[in-house]
Amino acid sequence: MKYWVSVAVLFLLSVALALAPTNDYFFYAAFVVLQFVVLSTAWNILGGYAGYVNFGTGAFFAIGAYSAVVLFKWLGAPLAVQMVAGAAVSGLLGFSVGLLTLRLRGIFFAIATVAVTFVLETVMINWRYVGGATGLQLVRPAVIEPFDTYTRMLFVVMALLALIAISVARYVQDSWIGRGLRAIRDSEEAAECSGVPTLKLKLFACTISGALMGAAGAAMPMYLAFIEPASTFSLNYSVSALAMPMIGGTAHWIGPVIGALILATIQQVVTVTISNEINVLVVGVLLVAFVVGAPDGVLGLFKRWLRSSK
Amino acid sequence: MIFSLDLLTEALLFGVLLGCFYAAVSIGLSVSFGLLDVPHVAHPAVMVLGSYCTYLLASQGLDPIVAGVVLMPAFFVLGILIYRFYYESFEKRGTDAGVRGLAFFFGVAFIIEIGLILAFGVDQRSVSAAYIGSSWALGEYRIPYRMLVAFGVALVLTFGLTVYLSKTFTGRAIKAVAQDEPALRLMGANPVRIKQWAFGIATGVSALAGAMLIIVSPVEPALDRLYIGRTFCVVVLAGLGSMTGTLAAGLILGIAESIVLMFLGASWAPAVAFGLLLIALGVRPQGLFGR
Repeated sequence: MKYWVSVAVLFLLSVALALAPTNDYFFYAAFVVLQFVVLSTAWNILGGYAGYVNFGTGAFFAIGAYSAVVLFKWLGAPLAVQMVAGAAVSGLLGFSVGLLTLRLRGIFFAIATVAVTFVLETVMINWRYVGGATGLQLVRPAVIEPFDTYTRMLFVVMALLALIAISVARYVQDSWIGRGLRAIRDSEEAAECSGVPTLKLKLFACTISGALMGAAGAAMPMYLAFIEPASTFSLNYSVSALAMPMIGGTAHWIGPVIGALILATIQQVVTVTISNEINVLVVGVLLVAFVVGAPDGVLGLFKRWLRSSK
Repeated sequence: MIFSLDLLTEALLFGVLLGCFYAAVSIGLSVSFGLLDVPHVAHPAVMVLGSYCTYLLASQGLDPIVAGVVLMPAFFVLGILIYRFYYESFEKRGTDAGVRGLAFFFGVAFIIEIGLILAFGVDQRSVSAAYIGSSWALGEYRIPYRMLVAFGVALVLTFGLTVYLSKTFTGRAIKAVAQDEPALRLMGANPVRIKQWAFGIATGVSALAGAMLIIVSPVEPALDRLYIGRTFCVVVLAGLGSMTGTLAAGLILGIAESIVLMFLGASWAPAVAFGLLLIALGVRPQGLFGR
């Protein structure tokens, strides 16, 4: 109950912020931070709970974005429809990747997801309808009342999506699904022998994780009014979506949220003040530092600190 | 593009040369990942680092291949350090090494890539030597000398490593550690030191592979992303840790890529390696020559 009240409060707060006469740049940056909250929360459902490292976040994200573009160009579909479609197509992609790679574990799964990213990127590069390698400029429809600008509206949409993603992750974690996924992470054979439906659970996690990433991606074309394969399929999304839960802590749904808020905010500041390259470097260095020095992330550090201060 | 026998022959010829080159850039990974089970996704990044070091030495007037050989001892030490660090941080602790080890190497790959961007910028770099740019006329086909050089070095590397692993004492020990680590420990050998040595060799070989990379085509810092597909495709297709398999798998990839390049166009070529990799993983994860 307390959780749902705070979700509602956070959502109303984001609407109120978007209607307040503040600087537009705040929303421009906050959209990206919230997008990473969605991506890292989605990644953690498969990567953190089940222990399957997905390095193809870029693929799911981009397929969501491209589904939105196709629907928009073909039918002029509104944003909500685009996002639902993006989620559906990426969810389907997650399901098929799950089917194809069920026998694979550890690094093989991770490499397979990288391969999926590059194969799909090549397909999009060669698909003229969505602009090919050069990309496609999009003419955005008029912004929906009561918002002043697109950025503000998309900020609210992304805030809603982030809250949905977190709620899904929280539900998965606390239900039998999460217990099953954790059993898979600890020992897949033991889980299978104890009657955990490992196949179904893995497929479920792949699908739900892919769908959330796709929904996040579907908002991107409207945000940029542009789409282009190289930056949409970028491995930078993949490494960030993996680094954020690792830094925040993968055991609890709040971990990826903390990681995303910290890392994405640093990235935004660094991109503006220094350069885009340094921002990827920050991700890499923090990722290595945390997996080596603090395997349980910020959450683990916090727990240790609580214990020592008692 | 009209299909013709001439074009196909040319594609095959070029594919064989390209294939040997792919085998050579993958052979280090075949040792580090194939034999030692280290999830070394930073292998292509280390190789590109080797290319840039070659570039630095070559700009001082050194021949690129000589530069690659000179770099090998330094990369050998680098490899030992990387393995030592990986072992102390992950393998030794045991639990959950898979996820974190993988994340670690992805992080390392990105750090190397961005480090190169900061040091050299995103522009392409290339080296010059007598055999780069000219080509050898074989009947009606023209074969660039740089491909022949890469072909030669690739064969030397592959056969050298095969002989080393099967004939020498340390080489056999490396194979033994891949087969049965506890048994090796019972024999009184220290598996960590053997693995460390093997990882050093794998990284040292990557320096030479990096030199060939910059001989064959100009390099840019983000090139490693493409080679994640190519190298892992070759190693997985080969069956983990098989040296002759690596050569065969390299040839398969080279020929496939060159045929696609010739008949479908350059924009489809990057998908070949990743597509083959996906098929290999989906259909036959133990590879063609799996142990």
